[in-house]
Amino acid sequence: MGKHVLLVEDELNIIEAIRFLLSREGWEVDTHSNGTDAAQVIRERKPDLVVLDVMLPGKSGFDILEELRSHEQTADLPVLMLTARGQSRDREMAEKAGVSRFMTKPFSNTEVLTAVRDLLYVHGQRT
Amino acid sequence: MASLNALIAVCLAYVFLLFCVAFLAERAGMKGQMGWLLRSPLVYTLSLSIYCTGWTFYGAVGYAARSGLEYVTIYLGPSLVIVGWWWVLRRLVRIGRSHKVTSIADLISSRYGKSNALAIVVTIMAVIGVTPYIALQLQSVTSSLAIFAAADDGTFSQSTDASAAGFWIAVGLALFTVLFGTRNLNVNERHHGVVIAVAVEAVVKLIALMAVGAFVVWGIAGGVSDTLERIDASALGTWQIDGSRWAGLTFLSAAAFLCLPRMFQVMVVENDDERHLQIASWAFPLYLMLMSLFVVPIAVIGLDLLPAGSNPDFFVLSLPLSQGREGLATLSFLGGFSSATSMVIVATLALSTMVSNHVVMPIFLYLRQGGATQSGDVRNVVLLSRRLSILGIIGLGYVYYQASGGSSALAAIGLISFAGVAQFLPAMLGGIFWRGATRVGALVGLGVGFSLWVFTMLLPSFGPGVVLSVDTFQNGFLGIGWLRPQALFGIPGIDPTVHAVFWSLLLNAASFACVSLVTFPHPLERLQGAQFVNVFQHSAQTRGWQVSVAESEDLMIMTQRILGAREAQLLFQREATMQGRRGYLPEPTPDFLQRLERELAGSVGAATAHAMIGQIVGGTSVSVQDLLAVADESAQMLEYSSQLEAKSRELSQTAAQLRQANDKLTRLSHQKDAFLSQISHELRTPMTSIRAFSEIMRDTEGLEDREKAKYANIIHVEAIRLTRLLDDLLDLSVLENGQVTLNVQSGELSDLLDRAVATAQASESREIEVQREALRENVQLHTDLDRLGQVFINLITNAQKYCRAEKPVLRIEVSQLGKAVAVDFIDNGFGVPHASRDVMFEKFSRVGAEDGKGAGLGLAICREIMTRLGGDVTYLDGTGGTGFRVLLPQSQALAAQ
Repeated sequence: MGKHVLLVEDELNIIEAIRFLLSREGWEVDTHSNGTDAAQVIRERKPDLVVLDVMLPGKSGFDILEELRSHEQTADLPVLMLTARGQSRDREMAEKAGVSRFMTKPFSNTEVLTAVRDLLYVHGQRT
Repeated sequence: MASLNALIAVCLAYVFLLFCVAFLAERAGMKGQMGWLLRSPLVYTLSLSIYCTGWTFYGAVGYAARSGLEYVTIYLGPSLVIVGWWWVLRRLVRIGRSHKVTSIADLISSRYGKSNALAIVVTIMAVIGVTPYIALQLQSVTSSLAIFAAADDGTFSQSTDASAAGFWIAVGLALFTVLFGTRNLNVNERHHGVVIAVAVEAVVKLIALMAVGAFVVWGIAGGVSDTLERIDASALGTWQIDGSRWAGLTFLSAAAFLCLPRMFQVMVVENDDERHLQIASWAFPLYLMLMSLFVVPIAVIGLDLLPAGSNPDFFVLSLPLSQGREGLATLSFLGGFSSATSMVIVATLALSTMVSNHVVMPIFLYLRQGGATQSGDVRNVVLLSRRLSILGIIGLGYVYYQASGGSSALAAIGLISFAGVAQFLPAMLGGIFWRGATRVGALVGLGVGFSLWVFTMLLPSFGPGVVLSVDTFQNGFLGIGWLRPQALFGIPGIDPTVHAVFWSLLLNAASFACVSLVTFPHPLERLQGAQFVNVFQHSAQTRGWQVSVAESEDLMIMTQRILGAREAQLLFQREATMQGRRGYLPEPTPDFLQRLERELAGSVGAATAHAMIGQIVGGTSVSVQDLLAVADESAQMLEYSSQLEAKSRELSQTAAQLRQANDKLTRLSHQKDAFLSQISHELRTPMTSIRAFSEIMRDTEGLEDREKAKYANIIHVEAIRLTRLLDDLLDLSVLENGQVTLNVQSGELSDLLDRAVATAQASESREIEVQREALRENVQLHTDLDRLGQVFINLITNAQKYCRAEKPVLRIEVSQLGKAVAVDFIDNGFGVPHASRDVMFEKFSRVGAEDGKGAGLGLAICREIMTRLGGDVTYLDGTGGTGFRVLLPQSQALAAQ
């Protein structure tokens, strides 16, 4: 199976960095920069993994995650959440919304790669 | 003629004597001398004898001649009343003294809540009832003069001279009453001069009547036994007692004795000492007995000796005259004169007090509108109104005398008068014995009784066909059968006097009681009622407890409620031990009760404690002082509770302020959280890129140079962004804390704009066409030019960044707004969405968020700067694009002219 990741992020430089990292790992990296229609785009493109920023124009990452979880198709989708706000309350909110993995910016590249691998593995085990 | 003149001379001398006596007594009274005499029970008793008027003096004999012993009833009633003084008179006198009652009208009005309406009704009724009586006295004097004259030589013409004499007598009486009745305004309305004069007259009339009686018995009849034989032989010896008439007349005279205004005056108002009643209770009946002793002998001998057709009313006078005893006759005349004058004087005095106090003065004060407090000469007005009232009343009596022509028998007029004033009895006795009596009840009772008296007694007394038609007598008022004046409710056959007295007083009392039961008294009425009914409890000095029915257990229960169970038990136990009793229920001795009251007073206040114990002990009802004290305490409690209310209002205000402060703090705390969150985000985002790319460059092997250069550039750009962010934050922090020091310089607005446009265009890659009007920019500025330039640069840069027009154009327009100068920056973009306009000047609010480069601090900094400079920066509506206006106050912008 192909490794298809959708990166939902609005900072161009961060997109650039993550794209670089994941494509070298053999991922097919797809990006989207708007929060408003993110959930719909995710359902359409059917990625194996979503990397989701919290502060997005139009809609927050938490809302998008809740929408994903409430939808049958994306209920189990592995979601790695990245946030620059880094407060413990954000982590709680993310976990409540059903996040698979939560990381604060700035992240270490290896951590991101490990997290992505783990998520995919765990997901593979379950399905 | 000489004899008549002598009589008039004697009369004048006698009157002069009376004036002197009254004058001396009045002076002594004012100086406080002769108190033993002025305030002696003897004088009091003698003054009561004004009950015996000309009617009694002359009329009793006439009465006896006509109806036998029935005249005794007139003496019997008052005797019963005064012998039973303990029940009624004592109470009346105590009330009169403790309430400073001035007349019977005052008593009744005062009892029923100081109702002036009631006072007026009573006054009017009294005037109507007593005026005939005054006329009667005038008539008795003039008639006696006439008899003297007839015996003399017959030149005394009944029609002219009698009326002249009547007139002069009326004038004299009025003069005396005015002189001694209204000398001064006394708080307690006592008139020593009048009372002494009345007492002297009482002695004179007693001596006169006794002398005539003695003359008749021993001088004419020849001894007691002969007299008794003659009495047996006469028609009077075979008298029959009509039970109902006796009972009725006795009752009537008793009622009149209490209710007659003049009796009330001497008995209650002029009373100095309650103990006088005790002596009067045997002395006055004795006086009455002496007065009546020779009535029957005189009547019998008179009937025997005098020619048939002579008026038996004047046997007392005509008998001595017929025997040629002019001296005795003169004495007798003086006796009658005394009786008549003393009655007129006191009655007029009493009536004038009533008329003046309850009719004239209220009207005067009402007309004055200002009330009595406004002028000092109300005293004189009162005296004047008294005097006018006296003249008016005596005048009324004279007019009545003239009008009635002296036709009726003296006794008949007296009885009518008695029955009239007796109508006060239910309201008066009900008022002093029954707390349930109400004002309305009294009014209705008086009204009913008085109307019946007028209908059944006063109007019929003029005879059939005078006021009431013969038809009314036979068939009833308006032809209604049961409204016949002498046979009410279709019950005929009762003696007219008894009939009238019975029905009027019965219906009076019944309606008074019924209406009182269904109406509700005013508070003042109730208070007065309680004071009148319980006058003896209230006027007692001590407030000790009579422990007759005190229940220790009840006291215990009450005390527990107030002090708490433990305290109460301890207190009671201690008391019981002190009394040497086992258990914890002490004997409710007065000592204990007073201690208990003190204990309770500490908790609930003295008056309440007294009232509470009073309720349980039952020894006393709550006195007015108690009530007033309770009211005082309640007022204090009210004040206290209003203070508490104010306190609690303050507290709730404070609480509201605290709540507001708390809300504000919470809001600030939220803002701080949001701010920190924003700062974190703004700092972490560039750092994320920097870290990610530096790790990539470090860890990735075989990166192309092009890639390396690109990533290094990203790191560089993000580092600059971070620096700028920190600069902005510091700047804002300094501005917000007011720590900024302004570097004030002078300069041209156009120069400043030139520099700002150049700087902005150099730092931002995106091109924008800037349109300016050089002429209008010719404004001299005196402010911190660097800071103002910062604002201009920020606004121009924003336009460069966010103007989404195909061909971006920025117009910079300068205009004079009053005294201020406005610099507008207007681009041809799409404007700022309405929802964002409120928040666009807040920190970290980004409008054109797609870019994501700005931290959203620029406009916040602009606004802070402009605030510091004393100007403002606002969003400009309706420009077609995005517009901002920078407003510079006059002090900093001087048009360069």
